Amino acid sequence: MSTESVAVTGPASLRRAFALQLRVLHALLMRELITRFGRENLGVLWMAGEPMLFTLGVATLWTLAGLVHHASSIPVVAFAVTGYSSVLMWRNSASRVASALEQNKQLLFHRNVRTIDVFLTRIILEIGGATCSFIVLASFFMFIGWMPMPVDLLKVVTGWVMLAWFGTSLALAIGAGTAFSHVIERLWHPTAYLLFPMSGAAFMVDWLPKGLQKTVLVLPMVHGIEILREGWFGNVVPTHYDLGYMAACCLVLTLGGLYLIHEAGRRVEI
Amino acid sequence: MLSIEHVSKAYSTRHGRHKVLDDVSFQLERGGHIGILGRNGAGKSTLIRLIAGAERPTSGVIRRGMSVSWPLAFGGAFQTHLTGLDNLKFVCRVYGVDYRPRIPFVEQFTELGKYFREPVARYSHGMLTRLAFALSMAIEFDCFLIDEAMVVGDARFHERCHYELFDKRRDRAFILVTHDANVIKTYCRNACVLHEGQLLAFPSVDAAYDFYLATLKENPVIVEQ
Repeated sequence: MSTESVAVTGPASLRRAFALQLRVLHALLMRELITRFGRENLGVLWMAGEPMLFTLGVATLWTLAGLVHHASSIPVVAFAVTGYSSVLMWRNSASRVASALEQNKQLLFHRNVRTIDVFLTRIILEIGGATCSFIVLASFFMFIGWMPMPVDLLKVVTGWVMLAWFGTSLALAIGAGTAFSHVIERLWHPTAYLLFPMSGAAFMVDWLPKGLQKTVLVLPMVHGIEILREGWFGNVVPTHYDLGYMAACCLVLTLGGLYLIHEAGRRVEI
Repeated sequence: MLSIEHVSKAYSTRHGRHKVLDDVSFQLERGGHIGILGRNGAGKSTLIRLIAGAERPTSGVIRRGMSVSWPLAFGGAFQTHLTGLDNLKFVCRVYGVDYRPRIPFVEQFTELGKYFREPVARYSHGMLTRLAFALSMAIEFDCFLIDEAMVVGDARFHERCHYELFDKRRDRAFILVTHDANVIKTYCRNACVLHEGQLLAFPSVDAAYDFYLATLKENPVIVEQ
């Protein structure tokens, strides 16, 4: 056994702080993966398997319900895969982060582990899982011809990255909130439930009456889904979005979330 | 050098703020040993949590010029789905050391046998305590935080813990929190008593222990012995 002691974690250079953060995130990710998915049967593959099952279920339901607008030429499965995958991006990370602190408080006894690391771990897992699920399902449905090839891949990626940013910033804000009050977690779940039908997953903004379009476009994720679908399906349906507005919302949530998490660190009681 | 400067900690309760620590200051040199006595509820665990960095003080500063351990033998962060080995890997990753050379020591000390590679959920209480202690020893810190109450086990286990800690790591600093004056007398040159939120220093361990005994008699109703 080596006897040299671990490095003092005093004021560190930015590079050392970054290396430390990566190390802690790696440790937390490995821990969380085994905790959530175990080693039995599919193990870590459930990270993508779980969201895939959800998306397939929703795609089936929407097909049976004939959800797609009658004037649209978008195949319903393609519509469901793009729509529900987007929901996974913002809803699941926030929901997982909402309970993260309560379940992982004891980890803070390791001084290197900070509240933000606990949150980031769950965000990375959720967004990673949703992304894998989306790629696998979209590839499969393109292969069997139920989904067209994307018209503008760069725009698809832009939409996806924006949704990932929104999911991250929302999760940070919700997570910070739970450090101040447990009420936030209770409020988040009904809010997420109510936001789902308004999030643009199940409709194109253009299908709505003019008055309602403005209201719905207040929600940042609607813009992300519109970008994603414009990239995938081209100009089959006119789209409505404002990349700048979505970015501004994400920026405010990110900065607000980071500030609140910093403040919360002083309040956490174990 | 570890430096605790004017540290206070208050918690909010339903009946307003409750001050647990009130302007506590002390310093610990590299290799220095300090014992802290205090009856139940005196704020010993709070002080340990603050020094460990798990919670922040309400006011005051804690400067760590050396690496400080998490509270020794603390097993609360064990994830029950993880095996003993997984938990070793976890702490090694967090502290940036290689886990492989540490496996033999942990296996030998914990005497877990094949259970080392079984989920912690299947461990007995004794197995958990041994694992928690071994993991604390697997990372080499400059200063160990020891809450004696956490290291519960039979005489043999105590003996092995004391050997690992006080013989093999005699050169390290430690802060020892306990009810047991004998442990402090054996291993510490300095002793303090935590009383009503204040940390009181004494010229000798005996003087500290006499004062500690007196505080026990003050209000015997809430004292558990």
